[in-house]
Amino acid sequence: MTKAVKRRSSRTGKLSTTQEAYKKFVFRKTAFMGTILLLIILLTGIIITLGPLDITVTEAYCALLDKLYPDCFNVDDLTEQVIWNIRFPRIIGGVMAGFGFGVCGCVMQAVLKNPLASPFTLGISAGAQFGIAVAAVLGISVIGGPYLLIGNAFVFALLCSGFIIALATVKGATSETMILAGIAVNYLFTAMSQLFKYFASDEQLRLMTSWGMGDLAAFTWERFPLILVVFVICIPLLMSKAWDLNIMTAGDETAKSIGVDANNVRTFIMVISSLLVATVVCFTGTIGFIGLVAPHIARMIIGGDHRFLIPASGILGAFVLILADAIGMNIIAPTIIPTGIMTSLIGVPFFMYLILKGKRREFWT
Amino acid sequence: MMIKLQAKDIIFSYDSVPILKNVSFEIPPAKLVAIVGPNGSGKSTLIKCIDRILTPQSGSILIDRKEVTRMKRMDVARNIAYVPQNSLRIFPNNVVDTVLMGRRPHLGWISSDDDEEKVWAVLRLLGIEELGMNNFNELSGGQQQKVLLARALVQEADVLLLDEPTSNLDIWHQLDVMNIIRDLVNKKVITALMAVHDLNLASRYSDRMIMMKSGKIVAAGEPSYVLTPENIESVYNVEAAVRKQSETPYIIPLKQAPIGRKG
Ligand SMILES: Nc1ncnc2c1ncn2[C@@H]1O[C@H](COP(=O)(O)OP(=O)(O)O)[C@@H](O)[C@H]1O
Ligand SMILES: [Mg+2]
Repeated sequence: MTKAVKRRSSRTGKLSTTQEAYKKFVFRKTAFMGTILLLIILLTGIIITLGPLDITVTEAYCALLDKLYPDCFNVDDLTEQVIWNIRFPRIIGGVMAGFGFGVCGCVMQAVLKNPLASPFTLGISAGAQFGIAVAAVLGISVIGGPYLLIGNAFVFALLCSGFIIALATVKGATSETMILAGIAVNYLFTAMSQLFKYFASDEQLRLMTSWGMGDLAAFTWERFPLILVVFVICIPLLMSKAWDLNIMTAGDETAKSIGVDANNVRTFIMVISSLLVATVVCFTGTIGFIGLVAPHIARMIIGGDHRFLIPASGILGAFVLILADAIGMNIIAPTIIPTGIMTSLIGVPFFMYLILKGKRREFWT
Repeated sequence: MMIKLQAKDIIFSYDSVPILKNVSFEIPPAKLVAIVGPNGSGKSTLIKCIDRILTPQSGSILIDRKEVTRMKRMDVARNIAYVPQNSLRIFPNNVVDTVLMGRRPHLGWISSDDDEEKVWAVLRLLGIEELGMNNFNELSGGQQQKVLLARALVQEADVLLLDEPTSNLDIWHQLDVMNIIRDLVNKKVITALMAVHDLNLASRYSDRMIMMKSGKIVAAGEPSYVLTPENIESVYNVEAAVRKQSETPYIIPLKQAPIGRKG
């Protein structure tokens, strides 16, 4: 640092205005992420208080901290039970799901060089939905017991993306082949699910649709370790490719000339992000909008450097998802509006606003 | 004689349509070599083959006597930098971040102040520092070309490949870019191989010229040897006069040659 500064000052005396602007820009990116993180923590406290049992914000934070530092706080047992076993897991689940969708949408848009790419464009949710249909209608499941539906959703989602990646690798893993293969597979699996629906009984139909609307109710403490392991492995792997993703948005030829093997990176990213998305999707069902939009909003605010963009998309995804879920849970309580529906209802108008009002033209230029 | 970059019998075809047919040449260090030839003669393809963006079906490319096809891609990037003719970006990036990408072969995950300082130095060299925070997509074609050149320069490779780096520039910036490249070559920082459309620009700035037609080298050597009315007529189908000014040949196109005399 000091060396660079010295050399700089020997030449120009001080930073040029453009250099100052760039430094500010880097600071703004960090500040943005910090702010959203803070908002998530605040929001967690507020959301916990919403519901049939009255809880204050202070009680909420105390109950959470009580687990870390027992003896320090005085929280009544019922409150702590409700917070710790009912309300908090749902928020953690929402944070993880939103984070996962945001991150995967971000990296997929980069490697596919397409602003419309999201975990769901590539048929991953169609695959999962079909897995549910198979389990519900035929009663056939890869894993039995409580994981009957979820296990099937997971396996079929992976099968679906595995097929796309395999196909694209054989043909040369360009972004065009991947997108085309993804769309084709998406249609195929959607059609097959609809066929199953056509023959399904009422009870089977109910099973299928309840999963398909997207819901955070499936998150419980027992399930988190599994999801956490996948996150801890996948997110750093995706982050490690941040530079390569920056470069790949400039096109494959440029990427190669700078030393990045575009096709290998693309396959790698698709494999890892599919695994991540499948893990989340099998619990939540389709909450498609977050994966598409969180990266765009992040990009509008902090620009295209994936070292910042990947975590920012994740944090933003988490924020939007828990916000939408809280509204869906409480706006016409006791009726709960499924999370997937609520995210779209809130997110789409906001996104439209950004498209119309955004001072910079961010895509399709 | 020392050789920096050598191509031996390069054969390349797109989907079995032959494009390059036994292309061979040798380039000594610290020279500026211009590739000229009509549209579709294979200039861009040749440059991409050298940088291994495309893989030739046969033949070999040696840099400092090392086989490029056997190097890791990252090693190739440390030795050869490439300035594409244009670059489309789907997602926005500002100019500094775009140029910083060129540091990738030398970077860890975190870019150091040193890397950033190199970016600023190159932007200053090219006179585009004040564009630093602009969105690359919103620059003019000429400004974009200068940014792409900047990205290749921060890569700090010995060999610089350029695909028509002046095609979108006005005459002031054409001279500016050519002077900068010429200067780097004179200081023995780089060896440059560039595809150029403008024969006079090529003639004025290059040490050697390679003239191509239909994927073959027709003539190669000093500009005064390559740029003859006979060569120009047979390669471009244009009758031209050649004038000399301070030892540099200049071309004045006169008229299109009759089609039948294509050779
Ligand atoms: N991606 C491609 N697929 C098939 N043919 C191509 C492709 N790119 C270029 N060509 C063909 O290769 C030939 C040489 O093109 P190119 O190297 O771009 O010529 P130049 O740069 O000299 O104008 C042309 O005939 C062109 O049609
Ligand atoms: Mg060309």
